[in-house]
Amino acid sequence: MQSLSNRAKQVEKKPFTLAERAYLPAIFQGLSITMRHFFMKKATIRYPEETRPFSPVFRGLHVLKRDEAGRERCTACGLCAVACPAEAITMVAGERKKGEENLYREEKYAISYEINMLRCIFCGLCEEACPKAAVYLQADKMAPPRYERDEFIYGKDRLVEPVSPDARSKRGIQLTDEQAVKLRAQLA
Amino acid sequence: MSLETLGWQGLVILAVFGLSLLIATYCTYAERVIAAFLQDRVGPDRAGPYGLLQPLADAVKMFTKEEFFPGGANKALFIFGPCLAMVTALMSSAVIPFGNKLTFGDTIVWLQGIEINVGMLYVFGIVSLGVYGLMIGGWASNNKFSLLGAVRAASQNISYELAMGLALIAVLMMSGTLSLREITLQQSVAGEWHFWNIVKQPLGFIIFCTCAFAETNRTPFDLPECEAELIGGYHTEYSSMKLGLYLFSEYINIFVASAVMSVLYFGGFNFPFQYELREWLISNQGVGTDMAQNIITGLGTVALFGKIFAFIFFFMWVRWTLPRFRYDQLMRLGWSILIPLAIFNILLTGGLITFGVIK
Repeated sequence: MQSLSNRAKQVEKKPFTLAERAYLPAIFQGLSITMRHFFMKKATIRYPEETRPFSPVFRGLHVLKRDEAGRERCTACGLCAVACPAEAITMVAGERKKGEENLYREEKYAISYEINMLRCIFCGLCEEACPKAAVYLQADKMAPPRYERDEFIYGKDRLVEPVSPDARSKRGIQLTDEQAVKLRAQLA
Repeated sequence: MSLETLGWQGLVILAVFGLSLLIATYCTYAERVIAAFLQDRVGPDRAGPYGLLQPLADAVKMFTKEEFFPGGANKALFIFGPCLAMVTALMSSAVIPFGNKLTFGDTIVWLQGIEINVGMLYVFGIVSLGVYGLMIGGWASNNKFSLLGAVRAASQNISYELAMGLALIAVLMMSGTLSLREITLQQSVAGEWHFWNIVKQPLGFIIFCTCAFAETNRTPFDLPECEAELIGGYHTEYSSMKLGLYLFSEYINIFVASAVMSVLYFGGFNFPFQYELREWLISNQGVGTDMAQNIITGLGTVALFGKIFAFIFFFMWVRWTLPRFRYDQLMRLGWSILIPLAIFNILLTGGLITFGVIK
């Protein structure tokens, strides 16, 4: 039959030579190949002790930044939550009281700010949306594995940069609307 | 035989028993590490330094698993199967000479469980009993995959025992004895230029080695367990330590097969320049004759274990290199290639002995 592509190859089935029928040369060839691999560098990375290097543009675990004076930058405008395609971000906004100027940069701030790391797709759109340069995805830290689902909901205690004397969000617990209203009433 | 000799011999037997178990234990670890290294991985390294406690962890796992009996299984035979496999595996190491004699004053201790003049025949007998362990276990499981695996094990072992025995006959024609200690001692005589049997019997060794792989159900002849077709073969239905016994007996069989090959073809506890070393110890170091012999015996035991470990490594190396044979290929190799080759080897050896080329 005429080949349509002209790329067909004629396969020839030759009878085995004596060396091929004796198996042994092929077996020794195979043994030498595996022995070479025995001495090769191993591909394994012993994970908890060794880690792969991160790329400089890696998007890892989020952080809420403070400004130079140690005040929280976030004003709870909600643009990150709007930008988030996975709807992983929720927040409750509150008004800064007198005497809290050293804690919050502007009059409005986030009473609670929570990111669900199971929903998050680490796209970085929140970082781009933020007008106050408050939320960033760290390039050197991943969300670690955990045993429970609610432990993946990161509150302000785990998101805000260290030195956080007034972390109002309880670890891993998301505020219901009712609780948020109560909290706001307390603060008022 | 005096009571004291009996006591010493008992100690040697205990030591051999313990050593077989220890080596089989660490074979499981070695298997995983060698497999990993051949595949560019690092293998178990979590339990203890370099993962050396891994066999202990495995043992704890095996002992704490559920003891399972399949419905409709013959309970007595189901338990008897792995026991028989284990017992026969442990028995076969009794006649292997692990070293020459140790002399303490009037007491002479041979580093060998028992010396009988039909040693090799004994090993063969016990090894062929071992297949009953697999056969009974597979049959008692009341599972067609187990039965298929058991049938394969039985027919494979019987087929390859023939070629193995024929390859052995060529060695026996040269040695004129079945005693493993005699065969070892013949491979190195003081003052003479003697070669190990591998030089005189290269073809016989290749046949014997191939059959040893088949007898121990190792890749490329591991058709009795054959995960892809038969799930686990004869031990499909086994769990807990009964499975452990089967796996363990396989490793002990590897140890014994390695020891037998070392003794038959690689000079057993002999090592090059042992007589020169002994003379040197006596004349230059002022060591007593008995003490010098004891030192040589100790080194010889180390040498034998070196050879055994090299063979065990070879078993594992082959396992992670070659794919499994198909069943018809296995049978063709056994019956129409190895057996004629072994007979040819006998004729060749006979001819060479007749014309005085080898003795």
